[in-house]
Amino acid sequence: MSIVIEDLHKSFGKKDVLTGFSAEARDGETLVILGGSGSGKSVTIKHIVGLLVPDRGRVLVDGQIVAELSQEELFALRRRVGYVFQFAALFDSMTLAENVGLGLRRQRSSSDAEIHERVSECLALVDMEGFEDRYPSEISGGQRKRAGIARAIATKPDYILYDEPTTGLDPVTKAMIDNLILRLSEELGVTGIVITHDMDSAFRVADRFAMLHEGRCRFYGTPDEIRTADDPVVRGFIEGRPELMENAT
Amino acid sequence: MRVLLQPFVLIGRGVTSVSAGIGAWGLLTARTVGAMRHLDVWVRLLLPQMARVGVDSVPIALFIAMFTGIVLSLQASYTFTGAIPLYFVGVLVGKTIMLELGPVLTGLALSGRVGANIAAELGTMRVTEQIDALETLAYPPLAYLVVPRVIAGIIMFPLITALAIGMGIFAGWATAIQLLDMTSAEFISGLMLFFVPFDVTFALVKATSFGFIVTSLGCFFGFNTRGGAEGVGSSTTRAVVVSSMVILVLDAFWAITLL
Repeated sequence: MSIVIEDLHKSFGKKDVLTGFSAEARDGETLVILGGSGSGKSVTIKHIVGLLVPDRGRVLVDGQIVAELSQEELFALRRRVGYVFQFAALFDSMTLAENVGLGLRRQRSSSDAEIHERVSECLALVDMEGFEDRYPSEISGGQRKRAGIARAIATKPDYILYDEPTTGLDPVTKAMIDNLILRLSEELGVTGIVITHDMDSAFRVADRFAMLHEGRCRFYGTPDEIRTADDPVVRGFIEGRPELMENAT
Repeated sequence: MRVLLQPFVLIGRGVTSVSAGIGAWGLLTARTVGAMRHLDVWVRLLLPQMARVGVDSVPIALFIAMFTGIVLSLQASYTFTGAIPLYFVGVLVGKTIMLELGPVLTGLALSGRVGANIAAELGTMRVTEQIDALETLAYPPLAYLVVPRVIAGIIMFPLITALAIGMGIFAGWATAIQLLDMTSAEFISGLMLFFVPFDVTFALVKATSFGFIVTSLGCFFGFNTRGGAEGVGSSTTRAVVVSSMVILVLDAFWAITLL
């Protein structure tokens, strides 16, 4: 099981966002995609679940080319992929229990009691027991993010895509989310792709890094390799030294 | 030379933009019909949408119809006095409310209430990635969001219009017997004088088409919202303005084709 991104190109109008990005999330590993704001990280992972169609290049999940799947095949793929949105994207007309249980209801393989039990279990995993009947408007931004993670893991997916899962969270909650990502990867063998700017969090969860710069993959390798990378753009980014990046470009 | 060509350039851009919009709406409508095969997704959402689109709209529709009936009755009496027998008040109130004001005023009022509500709700869902989230949970968004709303509109608009017509005629009758020098029998004989059952069919056909237009355009503009709060506001305004205009065009179309 793997996610392979090959030579991905995507433009919006005259703006070229991706100009040949390639990377791979291997079975059971967590790939962290780094890159500046607006570099196309979110655009990249939207291609994995077919929310966007590439202009050129392809994304393969388990060897299937996502853009070539029929609608039914795409639904089947999406049932196996959890997606944590940057701003949670919870349905504001539904309670948290309804939000978290929505994917399970679509799968139609669980009874109401089983769904209720799984929803409580997922909310407990993100430290939100007892929040089942609250609406998204009644909880904080950090809690919304955690509820978004609970929704993504409820269907026990094979893959989870995290779009900035720890941005804006307090250090304790960040550590809790990092531990959850690690646990899902280590205990359940979930293959993950994490988009983050938070380097502490990135080094905690990553098995492999890909750095997206100017639409292409600037670096792809292990945490040890990125720590010792010579590329000033990579070093400038992970050390938070813009002068290194400016001198390089 | 460029200054002279400028109006043609603007007209050309306008025509292109409107044509593209009609094409995109037609495509969404065709895909919505295709999405109806996902019965397991939209059937359970239909009743709540019928309540939102229909039941919640009844008070405003009845309010408008009641005052329309009162005013029509009084204006007819004012116009006819001394020239035409007063029982013609019943003719005018009945025909005008049934053929024109009942469906059209209800349609226009609901384009503001229902169309704006749908566009704002779906627009907000679009800009906050809730529609993307639905897709990632393997729900077909058209089946989940558009199909139940459009079907609810098609079912509920004629029902609300029928109620509005009833209320308008009742208000016209009450006004005639209370404020004008008319008996109930005179009003009712006038009401029945030129009545043909086709009048009801005509009103309900118009209302059904208005229901489709208001809900499908609300969904179309909501679904295609871009940007943040400003985009939602813009989509909502356009949904109301365009559906109101299309209602008036359709009103003329049905008059030309069916009368």
